[in-house]
Amino acid sequence: MSTSSSIDLEAAVREAILSVAPDVEADLATIDPDTDAFEELQLDSMDHLNVVTALARSTGVEIPEADYPALRSLGALVGYLAERTIGS
Amino acid sequence: MPETAAPAGSTAGAGYVFELPSLGADMETGTVLQWYVNVGDTVARGDVVALVSTEKADIDVEIWRAGRVAEYLVEPGVAVPVGTPLLRLESAGASTGPRPTRAPAAPPPAAAPPPPPPPSAAPPPPTAPPPATPPAAAPPPAPAPVARPPAVAPVPAVGVIRPVAKGARPPSSPLARVLAAERGLDLATVAGTGPDGAVTARDVLAAPPPAPSAPVGAPAAAPADPAAAMRRAIATRMERANREIPHYHLDLEIDLAPALAQLEEHNRALPVDQRVLPAALLLWATARAAARVPELNGHWVDDAFRPAAGVDLGVVISLRRGGLLTPTIVGADGLDPDQLMAELRAMVTAARSGALRSSWMAEASLTVTNLGDNGADRVSGVIFPPQVALVGFGAIRPRPMATPAGGLEARPSVITTLAADHRATDGATGSRFLAALARALDEPFGPAVPTPTPDPRKDDAP
Repeated sequence: MSTSSSIDLEAAVREAILSVAPDVEADLATIDPDTDAFEELQLDSMDHLNVVTALARSTGVEIPEADYPALRSLGALVGYLAERTIGS
Repeated sequence: MPETAAPAGSTAGAGYVFELPSLGADMETGTVLQWYVNVGDTVARGDVVALVSTEKADIDVEIWRAGRVAEYLVEPGVAVPVGTPLLRLESAGASTGPRPTRAPAAPPPAAAPPPPPPPSAAPPPPTAPPPATPPAAAPPPAPAPVARPPAVAPVPAVGVIRPVAKGARPPSSPLARVLAAERGLDLATVAGTGPDGAVTARDVLAAPPPAPSAPVGAPAAAPADPAAAMRRAIATRMERANREIPHYHLDLEIDLAPALAQLEEHNRALPVDQRVLPAALLLWATARAAARVPELNGHWVDDAFRPAAGVDLGVVISLRRGGLLTPTIVGADGLDPDQLMAELRAMVTAARSGALRSSWMAEASLTVTNLGDNGADRVSGVIFPPQVALVGFGAIRPRPMATPAGGLEARPSVITTLAADHRATDGATGSRFLAALARALDEPFGPAVPTPTPDPRKDDAP
């Protein structure tokens, strides 16, 4: 996994979250990548779905619903996308 | 304006006067922040014509008549009561031809003389000469520019906004104002990047903080704080509810395992942006129950219950920074879970980021509050008067449930509550409502396997 790609993916994740909730920018900047970002930022299931939707659109990764529950921290989201975008 | 003798929102002579609609039962006044139409524009039914600020939210107000905008009747930035004429329309059909300039030869036949025509003497410049069409090249024929004349410069609409005196604010989103209030920022000092220079939440976040000494306590004059205004609006309605409504409360824990299994199946076939959340399914079930038990769907007015014609479902949306909005899905009983999901998604997005549509601000016949997946187990709600019931959903989570075989199993469930007005109904009616809601969630997407028995609706009488 190349470093620059994970940085790009992390930026994509942050951008997706901010597109759904512009007001969490300050908190998002300091969040622990391994905590449940949605609980931490008080984002609900609708926000979560919208973030996943935005990411599916921006990265082209197909994200089945069964995978949603695992995709709640920045680290998990970046890792998940990395596995599916970088030539495996 | 005494000379507009025309009755509310009715045709006045050759035109139509569009009045400030009530955008919620507790709305008394509204302030046009911004016009989206210019004088001379043709509007169609459903077009958004203005951004109107109320105590609770900024709302995109739609018009319900087609026509041509003849004049503005209020100044942006000035609070006016519900029912105040906002716009005068001329019937578009009548004057589709070359627009006759003002001051026609014949004086208007009826009524008092209108106020002197505005000094906008200069007639709009004749439409620019058609661009010399290159004769030869035959590119795919550009779709004929449909009617729409080269828009009259939008300047006048915007231009009137800023100069309006000191109290006036630059256009801004509600969220931007909440954030600005929190930070002690004066919105007038923030450069806006939104439409027409509107200040967005992002602009506020990007703005340098104000002088550090400013105490956060009450930096701005009270009325300028939209969060406080929203708080007051909620307080007023909830006070009235607890003063006037004798509530009774009922609970029912509903097993969601079958519904969630069907939902997962349903979503598997859908692209990610059309997937349905359990919240939409709960709205759907509520609308079905309300249609089945109409005694809870309507309003208490003048000491009597008035049933509503359809199920107009209010949806409580809490804002992350505090406060809440309750947009309404009109005709929710005619929508399927997919359609309700689309509505819900659009509402939540709009509520959190900016203005709601006025079609969402209709008075609901029943309201739903959903605490969401991070929320508490159960909510004993307070009814929004003049409605007579409020349906509450707690968090969906696995809970121990008895199985038909007498065992115990962890199954996903939701604790559904009903707060109802005891003046309008009794507990037996409420129980019937909750039972109908639970039954709707048995097989929300229809019988899974084409079973021959189409569920003989058992008359339960607990």
